[in-house]
Amino acid sequence: MTEHRFLVNFSKYRYLLSELVKRDIKIKYRRSVLGIFWSFLNPLLTMIILTIIFSTIFSMKIENFPVYMLTGMLVFTFFSAGSKGAMMSIRQNAAIIKKVYVPKYMYSLGVVLSNFVTFLLSLIVLFLVMIGTQAPFTWYILMAILPIFFLVMITIGAGLFLATVTVFFRDIEHLYGVFLTMLMYGSAIFYPISIIPESIRWLFELNPIYAIITMCRFCFTYGQMYELKTFLFAGASSLILLVLGIYFFYKYQDKFILYI
Amino acid sequence: MVRVQDVGMMFNLSQEKVDNLKEYVIKLLKRQLLFQEFWALRDISFEVERGDRLGIVGLNGAGKSTLLKIISGVMKPTEGNVDIHGRVVPLLELGAGFDHNYTGRENIYLNGAILGYSKEFIEEKFHEIVEFSEIGQFIDVPLKNYSSGMKARLGFSIATVVEPEILILDEVLSVGDAKFKQKSEERILQLFDKGITVLFVSHSTEQVQRLCNKAIWLEHGKIIMQGSADEVCTKYAES
Repeated sequence: MTEHRFLVNFSKYRYLLSELVKRDIKIKYRRSVLGIFWSFLNPLLTMIILTIIFSTIFSMKIENFPVYMLTGMLVFTFFSAGSKGAMMSIRQNAAIIKKVYVPKYMYSLGVVLSNFVTFLLSLIVLFLVMIGTQAPFTWYILMAILPIFFLVMITIGAGLFLATVTVFFRDIEHLYGVFLTMLMYGSAIFYPISIIPESIRWLFELNPIYAIITMCRFCFTYGQMYELKTFLFAGASSLILLVLGIYFFYKYQDKFILYI
Repeated sequence: MVRVQDVGMMFNLSQEKVDNLKEYVIKLLKRQLLFQEFWALRDISFEVERGDRLGIVGLNGAGKSTLLKIISGVMKPTEGNVDIHGRVVPLLELGAGFDHNYTGRENIYLNGAILGYSKEFIEEKFHEIVEFSEIGQFIDVPLKNYSSGMKARLGFSIATVVEPEILILDEVLSVGDAKFKQKSEERILQLFDKGITVLFVSHSTEQVQRLCNKAIWLEHGKIIMQGSADEVCTKYAES
């Protein structure tokens, strides 16, 4: 009965989801001079600066540093902006939630999707950089669809879970910011995994974002197929987080209105 | 048709004080997590048939708005249940979901989507909405530059353009200037003529007696009188 309600509701509010995504994107760039062009410029500029800083230190050890770094950065930016935005979406939309019935997950989902649109746009930058650095364009690029799919799942899951927890405990917002910084340094975005001592390398293996980044790197930087174990770990952890997020959100959503 | 059965709504008053992790853990450890029950509504049961216009009267704090929120699906009752057949349009507050950086035009689409309308429906009724709200050339101006009257008119216009089967009004017939008040009452009456069901909260017994056929009187979360609008309003006005 509840599953049936979910499908009916989702199709009824489909249009709302697209409006929410549209709004997030439009308002983000409304007053800026360059507008949507920032989605391209931002990753490009950051990559250029960081490449200049880091490639002199690591260029020996990393093949094609710009693409190596860019794949990591784009994946991480999407995850961090998407999960953080989804986390705040319930509180930010508190006014409407208290007045009109709308399936509450729509707000979180909308934020993740609008960040996903930005992510897709920034992939264009990635392709341009790949051309510029003469990275191999192989069919394996299409295989990147899988890690990206896992990435969306894990972002939605994390977002829903955080959204739920933040309603009851506001300080989670700050704690999560700290966690994201830690995650950023712990995902080997700007440095090669080889500089990490073997004894603690296992910590990275447990990081699903690192797994997804690694998979993407195989496709984009090296033009190869990723390993099965990375694929299984990324898939499993994304699925678990998604289920966890949905479960907690669904369980507590009726109480949101009492706390926001 | 709306059927409310044994509905009760309980709020935990002490939860207001603990909203971060640190305090929660401390209070948990010190066994200080209190629970202070407040029943905003208790044993609420009534039925509204199609075409009925139910007025809900009571002093401030009686639980009227809470009841409306439960019926419109915004809150889930602690006990009891609500059976609704028909599309519900709540006018609890006009312009819910307006984004102030968006223009009037963009907000029509956004607000319509929030109320559950389809894109085609909004496009069809777009002109009617703009005309009724008398916004005119300001439709492409960001909402943050609108006066509060303009926002209210736009919100009312969007919400009433659809023909709901069940309309819930929470004291919203008093927005705008006299001219608009008249227009909005006219439109509501038009909707009445189509035989829609209405739940109407108001402090004006005159309005309730005029617009409704049945009424209930809430006090401290309980129904203390149910009956025809005239009966209930007279008793309420006497108290």
